[in-house]
This record gives sequence, structure tokens and C-alpha cells, in this order.
Amino acid sequence: MIEVSGVSKRYGEKLAVDDLSFSVQPGVVTGFLGPNGAGKSTTMRLILGLDAPSSGAALVNGKRYQDLQAPLREVGAMLEARAIHTGRSGYNHLLALAQTQGIPRGRVDEVINMVGLESVARKRVGSFSLGMGQRLGVAAALLGDPATVILDEPANGLDPEGIRWIRNLLKGLAADGKTVFLSSHLMSEMEQTAEHLIVIGKGRMIADMSVEAFVAQASSGAPVRVRTPDSVALTAALIGAGARVSAEQDGALAVQGLTTEQVGELAAAERLVLHELTPVQVSLEDAFMSITKDSVEYQQA
Amino acid sequence: MSSEVTLARVTRSEWTKLWSLRSTRWSLFVACLAMAGLGPLIAAVSMAHWNQLGEFQRLTFNPLERAMGGYRLAQLAIGVLGVMVISGEYSTGMIRSSLMAVPKRLPVLWAKLLVFTGVAFVLMLVTALISFFASNAIFTEHHVNQTLGSPHALRVFAGSVLFMCVTGVFCTALGTIIRSTAGSISAYVGLMFVLPVVGDILPASLSNTINPYLPSVAGTEVASTFHDPYTFSAWGGFALFCGYTLLAVVVAAVLLKRRDA
Repeated sequence: MIEVSGVSKRYGEKLAVDDLSFSVQPGVVTGFLGPNGAGKSTTMRLILGLDAPSSGAALVNGKRYQDLQAPLREVGAMLEARAIHTGRSGYNHLLALAQTQGIPRGRVDEVINMVGLESVARKRVGSFSLGMGQRLGVAAALLGDPATVILDEPANGLDPEGIRWIRNLLKGLAADGKTVFLSSHLMSEMEQTAEHLIVIGKGRMIADMSVEAFVAQASSGAPVRVRTPDSVALTAALIGAGARVSAEQDGALAVQGLTTEQVGELAAAERLVLHELTPVQVSLEDAFMSITKDSVEYQQA
Repeated sequence: MSSEVTLARVTRSEWTKLWSLRSTRWSLFVACLAMAGLGPLIAAVSMAHWNQLGEFQRLTFNPLERAMGGYRLAQLAIGVLGVMVISGEYSTGMIRSSLMAVPKRLPVLWAKLLVFTGVAFVLMLVTALISFFASNAIFTEHHVNQTLGSPHALRVFAGSVLFMCVTGVFCTALGTIIRSTAGSISAYVGLMFVLPVVGDILPASLSNTINPYLPSVAGTEVASTFHDPYTFSAWGGFALFCGYTLLAVVVAAVLLKRRDA
């Protein structure tokens, strides 16, 4: 359980996080979305006590992170930026972290097996590939068997097999009743992993809702696709009914302002043959693009 | 079993961290080699020319400072390692993992100081003993005799070891304040090795006033047998060096606690 209330963070002139409030519930995977530079990593650092908020408070299990007696046993985190000494072996890295709160050695071997790093655990981290580094980061996050897991861009650098592995791992953690909070700038990945979404842009809250609601909201203005041998007659009828119509490349019509039912009934009334009548599905990616287009930090021309 | 973060547990963790880096083991090896080897080497070279030395040179020969001379080289390895114990965590990002595990932060600094100073003390004590007795074995062949009971001997012996330990603490504090390895080592070399050279080219009246307060001058009084009239006493100078170090540690602790990591 993570509760963020009225948190802001200012670095000099720049307001990186602007009055964010949300909570992350146990039992589901909550995705934290936003374009690059939206303030996702900063928000996670504020939750983890690495940065101090300029105002507001972030609580984990009702406490500030700094006040947790055994933080690794309550919260496991993996930051986007590497947080591992490259000269040390993966095993010794995990062992040193475990020793700070009396986590037994056996648990170190356990998490190494869980992430599949048995064969390289005694090698220096500097020789690890990006994907192996991510797996080691996940191992560190799971070390204390915490009830809350925070992962910043966990899919970065993983191959397709690794991405599927982490997706299943996270779903499994949520199914066990854990609080899972992960950030990404890749919508397609979120669509398959998360059930709830928190979307921010330029440090401000844009949406806090279920994935379904998010897609539905973005789809509300989506067009209906219709195909007929007599495009001219149908277009005239649709415009007459107040719709906006544009031609698709394959000869179909994209109709905005009417539902599929209304388009079908109109065609029947005009005795026009339809070859296709489809509501256009908006993907999470399209929904995200349309909702965040005003808050992208570096807009493409 | 209780599972909260304690200083004892963080100290164990820092012990693991210290010995699991190749760079640490090399630095400590170099420090040991310098401390144990330089004294006997200088003793052997000096004694090889003993028969050609005049009466005056023999009378003013200082076997004690030669036997303990290894600290002048070993301090550099100890200082650099003292810096890297923390700056290495900043340069790699490891500090974020460390502070997430120990969010109260200060135990990380205390544990690093405990572990590193403890290790430096034991290793330098042992290698200083080796150097002292090995050098004396060489001196004795030419009838130059000294023991730990000779005038100043015990103080110079202990002073050399303590000076290196406090140097290690000073450098870990510098590393915590400055965070970058290159910057911290430059500051250390500047303060301890360059400042005295600058002091030497000042007019005598000015340098005699300033030099005693330089950390390297004050800190090494305890490891030398001769004292200029304008310098601090052996333990007085060492106390001043400890004072500088304490100040650096306090600044380091405040910054570590307050700064975003």
C-alpha cells in the first residue's frame, strides 16, 4: 500500500513533480505511465526516501520510508538507473544488502535462482549484459520478500523472453496480494501487465483509473468504420444526420459523431447495402498518446 | 528473529562490501607492502653506505624515522582507499541501494568508518611492527641499536599507525562531502601534499605562522622525533589533526543526511 498525498518536488527552477496525490492498492499491478521526463522516476525516488519532497508526504504502509525499521522486508525497489557497484559480484551485492537487516544467506541463493542468474552470480556485475543487470535488480527488490514492490522501467533491456518472464512474475506477485507499482513509457507493455493506471505528464496527474476505463474514455470520440458499395449516397445521408465523414485508404468511411447503431439504422432507412460496420478499438497506446499529447516534454514537429 | 536495521548489521554489510572489491584488496595490499617494506629497504640502503659515512653523519643518523618511514608512502594508499570506500558508491550508483536498505543513512557512514578504520589499524599495526623489527635487525648488524623502549620510539611507532588511521577517516569524510572519486582524491592530495610545498615557498615569518596548522604538518608531528620551536608538540599537533577530521566527519554526516541521493 503506497499513499502519495500532495507531493511536489522542485529542483531549482524546475517543478519536477507538481502536487501529486494517489494511492497504490495491494492485489493488482498498478502501472505508472508518462512520457520521458514526466516525473515518474522522481516520484519513485520520493516514495523511497532518496529525495526529500519539497512539500507533501509519501507513505508506505502508513509510514515514511525513512521510518521503516526493516525497509527491504516491506518494500522492494528497482530503480531505472543502475544502483550496483560494478566491481562486486552479484552474489556479494545481494549478500551485503541482506546483511543490513538480518536476511539469511539462504534467501540470497533463493532470489538468485528465482531470477535465473545461478551461472553468473559469482561474476563481477561489470561484465553483466543489460538484461542480466535488470534481473539482478529484480532479485534485490525481492530479497526481503516485501509486500510492496516498486520497479522503474523493469522491461528495459530485456529480450522478449525476459519481458514475458517479468510480466508473469509481476502478475504472480499481485495475485499473492502484494502491492505492485511499475513505471513504463511503453504502453503496449502496460496493456498486458497492469490492471490499474496512474498517468502523469509534466509532473501533474492526468489519469488515475482502471485500464478498461482509460481505454473507454479515450475511445469515446473514436470513429465508426463503415464500408458500402454506394459511398456517395451513404456519405450524404451521414452528413445529413450531423456526422463528420472521411474516406479511408481502402475505400471505407470513418464516421465521427454517430454510434455503430445509428450508422446501421441510417443505412437501413436509406436501403443501402453495408459490407462492414465496425467500432474502431482504441489501443492503450493510442489512448495514451491522445491523453498525453499536451504534456509531452519534447514535442516533435 | 527481529529484523530491523542495526549498526552491527550495517557494519557486517560494510565488511562484506569492503572485502568483495578487487580494488580494495589491491589498495590494502599496496599499503601493507609500503608500510612493511619501505623501512627495511631504506635501512638496508643506508647501512650499505654506513662505512663511508663520516662521524657527524653517523651521530645524526635517525634510525627511528627510517624504520617507520613506510607510513609516508602507505598513507597515500590508505587515503585513496578511504575516499573510494564511499565515492565508489556514488560513481556507480550503489549509494542508492545502500540508502534504500538503510534509509536513516548515518549508520552507513558510521559502519564504513568503523570497518575501514578497524581494518587499517590492524593491518598497519602489524606491518609497522614488521618494519620496525626488520629494520632494526639490519641496523643491529652495524651496531646501531634501538628498541621500542628507546627515546620517542613507542610514540613515533604508535603515532605513525594512528596518523594513517585518522587519515583514512578524514578521506572517507572528504569522499562523502565531495562524492566524486577524482575530486576527493585531488582534495586529499592538495591538502596533505601540495599545501605544505606551497607553505615552504612563503617567507619564513609567514610560513612559520601558518605551517604548524596545516593538517599534514600537524598530523605528522606525532610520527617525528624532531620538533621546530614554532611547531606544535607531538600530541598537540595530532590533536589538531583529529580536530580537523572530526569537523570533516560532522560536515559529511550533515550532508549525507540532508542531500538528495
